[in-house]
Amino acid sequence: MDAIILQLLNGLDKGGAYALIALGLTLVFGTLGVVNFAHGALFMLGAFCAVSIQSLLTISKQVKDESITFFDAYKEQPYLEIWWGDTGTAIIDWAVPLSIFLAIPIMLLIGVAMERGLIRHFYKRPHAEQILVTFGLAIVIQEIVKSFFGANPIPTPSPEIVAGSANIGLLLGLGESVVYPWWRLVYLLFSGIVIFAVFAFLQFTTFGMVVRAGMQDRETVGLLGINVERRFTVVFGIAAVVAGLAGVMYAPILPPDYHMGMDFLVLSFVVVVVGGMGSLGGAVSAGFLLGILQSFASMTEVKSIIPGIDQIIIYLVAVVILLTRPRGLMGRKGVMED
Amino acid sequence: MSDDKKTSELSRRGFIKVSAAAMAAASSPMFFTKGAWAANEFRNNPGDASSVKFGFNVPQTGAYADEGADELRAYQLAVKHINGEGDGGMLNTMKPLSLKGNGILGKKLEYVTGDTQTKSDAARASAKRMIEKDGVVMITGGSSSGVAVAVQGLCQEMGVVFMAGLTHSNDTTGKDKRRYGFRHFFNAYMSGAALGPVLEKEMGKERRAYHLTADYTWGWTQEESIKNTTEALGWETVAAVRTPVGAGDFSQYITPVLNSGADVLILNHYGKDMINSLTQAVQFGLRDKQVNGKNFEIIVPLFSRLMAQGAGDNIKGILGSTNWHWSLQDDGSKAFVKSFWQEYGFPPSQAAQTCYVQALLYADAVERAGTFYPPEVIKTLEGHTFDGMGNGPTEYRAADHQCFKDVLVVRGNENPSSQFDLLKVEQIVPRSQVEYDPAIFGGDLGPYEV
Amino acid sequence: MSIPAIRNDWAVMAIFTVAVLTAPLWLAPIGANYPDLLQKFAIFGIFAIGFNILFGLTGYLSFGHAVFLGVGSYTAVWSFKLLTMNVLPAVVFGTLMGGVFAVLIGYVSLRRSGIYFSILTLAFAQMSYNLAYSVLTPITNGETGLQITMNDARILDGPVGDGLPSTTLFGLEMSGYSGFYFCATMLIIAFFISLRIFRSPFGLKLKAIKSNQTRMKYTGFNTRPYLLVAFVISGMFAGLAGSLMAITDPLAGAERMQWTASGEVVLMTILGGTGTLIGPLLGVGIIKYFENIFSALNEAGLHEFFAFMPDWLENIVVAVSSEFVGEGWHLTLGVLFMLVVIFLPGGVMEGIRRTTAVVRNLSKGPEKKAAESVGKE
Repeated sequence: MDAIILQLLNGLDKGGAYALIALGLTLVFGTLGVVNFAHGALFMLGAFCAVSIQSLLTISKQVKDESITFFDAYKEQPYLEIWWGDTGTAIIDWAVPLSIFLAIPIMLLIGVAMERGLIRHFYKRPHAEQILVTFGLAIVIQEIVKSFFGANPIPTPSPEIVAGSANIGLLLGLGESVVYPWWRLVYLLFSGIVIFAVFAFLQFTTFGMVVRAGMQDRETVGLLGINVERRFTVVFGIAAVVAGLAGVMYAPILPPDYHMGMDFLVLSFVVVVVGGMGSLGGAVSAGFLLGILQSFASMTEVKSIIPGIDQIIIYLVAVVILLTRPRGLMGRKGVMED
Repeated sequence: MSDDKKTSELSRRGFIKVSAAAMAAASSPMFFTKGAWAANEFRNNPGDASSVKFGFNVPQTGAYADEGADELRAYQLAVKHINGEGDGGMLNTMKPLSLKGNGILGKKLEYVTGDTQTKSDAARASAKRMIEKDGVVMITGGSSSGVAVAVQGLCQEMGVVFMAGLTHSNDTTGKDKRRYGFRHFFNAYMSGAALGPVLEKEMGKERRAYHLTADYTWGWTQEESIKNTTEALGWETVAAVRTPVGAGDFSQYITPVLNSGADVLILNHYGKDMINSLTQAVQFGLRDKQVNGKNFEIIVPLFSRLMAQGAGDNIKGILGSTNWHWSLQDDGSKAFVKSFWQEYGFPPSQAAQTCYVQALLYADAVERAGTFYPPEVIKTLEGHTFDGMGNGPTEYRAADHQCFKDVLVVRGNENPSSQFDLLKVEQIVPRSQVEYDPAIFGGDLGPYEV
Repeated sequence: MSIPAIRNDWAVMAIFTVAVLTAPLWLAPIGANYPDLLQKFAIFGIFAIGFNILFGLTGYLSFGHAVFLGVGSYTAVWSFKLLTMNVLPAVVFGTLMGGVFAVLIGYVSLRRSGIYFSILTLAFAQMSYNLAYSVLTPITNGETGLQITMNDARILDGPVGDGLPSTTLFGLEMSGYSGFYFCATMLIIAFFISLRIFRSPFGLKLKAIKSNQTRMKYTGFNTRPYLLVAFVISGMFAGLAGSLMAITDPLAGAERMQWTASGEVVLMTILGGTGTLIGPLLGVGIIKYFENIFSALNEAGLHEFFAFMPDWLENIVVAVSSEFVGEGWHLTLGVLFMLVVIFLPGGVMEGIRRTTAVVRNLSKGPEKKAAESVGKE
């Protein structure tokens, strides 16, 4: 029982990340009609926002290290600590949550620049070309990040106060053994909030209404004299912000490296397609569904019945769903079928 | 002619009269058949050329790109030192030493590089290019056992010596060993044997271990080696769970550990997988846990400083083993660290050290053999004992081409004095303790002449 | 096909054959004339030609084609292990096994179209890769890759002598240039088959499916059998390519089946020019050249190359260009993809077409219309 609750939490957590990435991907696809292979790179850039801000905050003074004698070695002490003492230490400790505020404008800027500079010229182009050009862009972004930060993952710890685990077993009266890391609970909550915010934005604002209408029938919306172009730019910016936020918050769970976007890319496409191309609700529910299934498939009990199931479960589910529900869980007819 | 090759190499005219090594490669006969060897002509024979080339096959893209970059730095340093430039590095401490600081057999050493991408196919393609196009006499490098085994097999077929870089699987010098392949790095068996006594001292004889193992060949051999060691101590193995390579999020494999009754977690992961699984295991509070009245412990049998950097604070206090560490105080290590530091401004990794040493060892063997003829070079390396290269007295065992030397047991430094000071050498385990019978892993070296 | 005026298939074949067989000569100036790279050109050429039969003609974008390549390789190596080192059985079984897998995967995946088809093929390929890397290690030898060993059965060959046996074609060793000429022969055959398909009524039907499948269906035409045949043919091409990889280098690794490998052939095809006969081959040439030659350049080499410049300029040029070679070759590839797609949506073939059109306009003027049609076929 405890094991099942823990795996459910794992699944929700993973699902939160999948859902956030898939949400932006399907938003871009549904409104702009663009298959964006650089979406994973946006997720990665988000994580590197956290890395950059952490390294900005920890710009250090080099102090000669006397303990090493046979060549010159230096210790590092961040200026913030030198200037402000404990306050400085606390600021550094909170680098990741602080990055959120900076990541929003940065990612919005990157998203808008990407749409204005490149994506907008590809609305009318075939999907194959969109894939190739965004894939090329993803590689370029990756390589630039690599040349700045190297190929190895960079540790970006969460604040000390949420570094440990919560004994939710005791809180819920389930026994002592159900412990779960605080940060993962924060992530789960955070992904819920972001998903809710995106839906609320689309549901309750005029802007959102136009976007939703655009997802249903782009041509008619254009005929109504609404400037679709500008709205597309904003939509792309929002998608970039959502992916970026997912990345920022994921950094303490998975130390970021330049390749993490590619690792998530294929998976998030599977999530989008299982959910149904162009369906936001589908993307979110498919994200959580696949996350949970993946967690349960990894249990030793399950693996002893079907060896290797944890390696293929996501793809297996994708195949089954696409064969039984032709357009994914909540897809609409005629999307991406030609 | 095979009997006089020792003396005749320099004066003997090659079959193809060439003025430069590069030309030799470009114009080598179209159907280079094995029969040609009978006349003491061999692939990429530098002949009368004034220079000779090494092929550095390292990962430049992908997850191990940083290690590859460090390996390349070490190789470039080795080339300098062999050619008599710079401060000479380990040439000042290496014993015995035949190199004279004027290249190899008087020929200037040059090099070409290639990208393994940490994929067997790409690594072999890149090695083939260096052999077929650039005409290298030796291939070295790599940061994964799959690549090492694949390239080593290729080098055997092509008749070019391969000096493996970072590869830790037992298979490289075990069931997949090759006459043309040599490994200086230690292996999973040695990690287990070295860790055993330390684990016993630190954690006692009654422990329950839980393995998380990367689901591929290297992970399996390490799991087996560590299991053998710990079970011999009297530990119980609760479970050994295989995890997909590159899983990213390991939470679904870590949560079952919480309730398994295990009090030790052994992470048979390397690279990104190790960083992620360790970071997440710590987040799940495993290190603060008390099980069976004992402190819960995590062990990472194969450590590397570059990886430790990625894991940040999570590495503190965690036990593991490593091939070499820059803080060692012997003359060889000091000389190497000094010249590496002066050149690049930071200390070398264990991958850099093993690669540097491999390049020097090959060059020295050629110098001693007096010829580039691979079978002679191989015979010179087999059973060679040397010292002053950072690992104490070392032997290249003839039976499996594995180096036998001391192994370091290290612990994540609780109180690092600099960003490089992440691992503390806990104990230097003597060679005698990690030695084993080559027969246990099987395999067959194959012939000298191919 | 760079000379669009050629209409006669036999003339095309003759030019193609000569071009392929003399490749070691005319590739020499750019340093691409060593056996391994030539073999790779030919092998991936077959792979891309086969992929183009599916994607170029029907528009069905398979994202899991590498699985057939991997299956072909594994089958070929098993043929070396169990039967004989002769390459013919390996080619036959590798191709057939590619076909068998294509029937299975194609039958299921072709029930859907568009991106759903792409994701289905991707899912099958990733499942195959993950299993081959881990659980199926007894068959695939996992990460290390399946290799031939001294004590394999090889029931047709009898005991081996000293050392590992090599792959042979009735005694002729299949490494080096002989290996290339064997692959080149296969490439020419593959190209011929592809040419015939492009020109046949069957090819025409496939093109009709691409342009408007719904209309085809309304006319009472069942498209699926045609699609399946195209899928299987292209799977067999991939299987053939896979077996050739094992022939020139008897090792089969799981990463050949990974999605990045499938993606590579997609990129090659689009980069060269989808739906054109020769385009995919150009794409193969470009990407493989970059992978093998650009990745090998290092700073020392660049200094040599730019040595004619004054020192200060040389240093700047080397510093900038070194970002794009060696470990930066991925960056060059990424930039190249973007440039080609942005400015030449039809791939390199479109570039050639435009150039020839300009040249023609300059020289002849009115007769330009004739130039349009051939390349696009």
